[in-house]
Amino acid sequence: MSGEDSAWFDEDAGPLARPYTFTRGRTHVARDDLNMITLVVALRKHHRGELDHAHGRILECCQDPISIAEVAAGADLPLGVVKVLLSDLIEQNYVIFRTGLAKHSSAASPDTLQKVLDGIREL
Amino acid sequence: MEFASSDRMIRPAINATALKILIAGGFGVGKTTLVGSVSEIEPLRTEEQLTERSAGVDDVTGVEQKRTTTVALDFGRITINQELIVYLFGTPGQDRFWFMWDELAQGSLGAVVLADTRRLASCFAAIDFFEERNVPFVVGVNCFDSTQMYTVDEVRGALDVDPFVPVLLCDVRQRESTKKVLTTLLEHIMSLQGHAQRAVVEG
Repeated sequence: MSGEDSAWFDEDAGPLARPYTFTRGRTHVARDDLNMITLVVALRKHHRGELDHAHGRILECCQDPISIAEVAAGADLPLGVVKVLLSDLIEQNYVIFRTGLAKHSSAASPDTLQKVLDGIREL
Repeated sequence: MEFASSDRMIRPAINATALKILIAGGFGVGKTTLVGSVSEIEPLRTEEQLTERSAGVDDVTGVEQKRTTTVALDFGRITINQELIVYLFGTPGQDRFWFMWDELAQGSLGAVVLADTRRLASCFAAIDFFEERNVPFVVGVNCFDSTQMYTVDEVRGALDVDPFVPVLLCDVRQRESTKKVLTTLLEHIMSLQGHAQRAVVEG
């Protein structure tokens, strides 16, 4: 949480740069199979001039498999913007992704739940 | 704040399964503290634009209205192994709106509702939300100081949760206590699944 030295605005003020500045004004939505915990990883690096700054920044964040929420936090951009940028990178084969759990909690198998339980106990 | 050991960093595989557990409750009840007590990373913050459901505020007009709200989410991570990662998401701000966010509930394994006995009413919205959507949850009564004003049974009675929903006392500043809350949730989810399977077999 922000400390006493925080500026006069807070998160309620919303992002201070217009998010779609970063997506060149495109209004298309991100792939609908991306969510906060979708894991993404870069397939290759980009060469100078291949990508604009925002896309390049996102690509650098996902050199190791990482969730989209972590990419957004690392790049300090809203999730919605990051999903659009990642969608572009996926389309251009810079990034691959894996959607985690399906939409309903029942998708976690008893075996998976047991592993999570054991893992938390061992923390 | 102390975080879970970062020396056991495991590089996840791209085909890993990522799971989400929600941490809900009223403002200032300790959600981010809970996340930080077991997370292997310092809790991160991200912002998401979410669509609110028509909340009935405009019932008079009879017109379905939707609008988007920017919400902040604090989250942490527990890497169980290369193939399994659990993310804990807490909602630090804008609590008056968060129960409208279906997107948050989608794909979540279950939830912890953190309660503060000084302001029990502040977690009613969370309980209603998870009950309506059949998201398994446990209630953690966070004790900020050693003086616990109420018993678990008194809290359970005041919150009017179903008898099968676990209610437990906790101190989420302590990692062991947070672990107990999370393992209780996991056991609860597994027990519900077991019941559902038996119902299918017997049905």
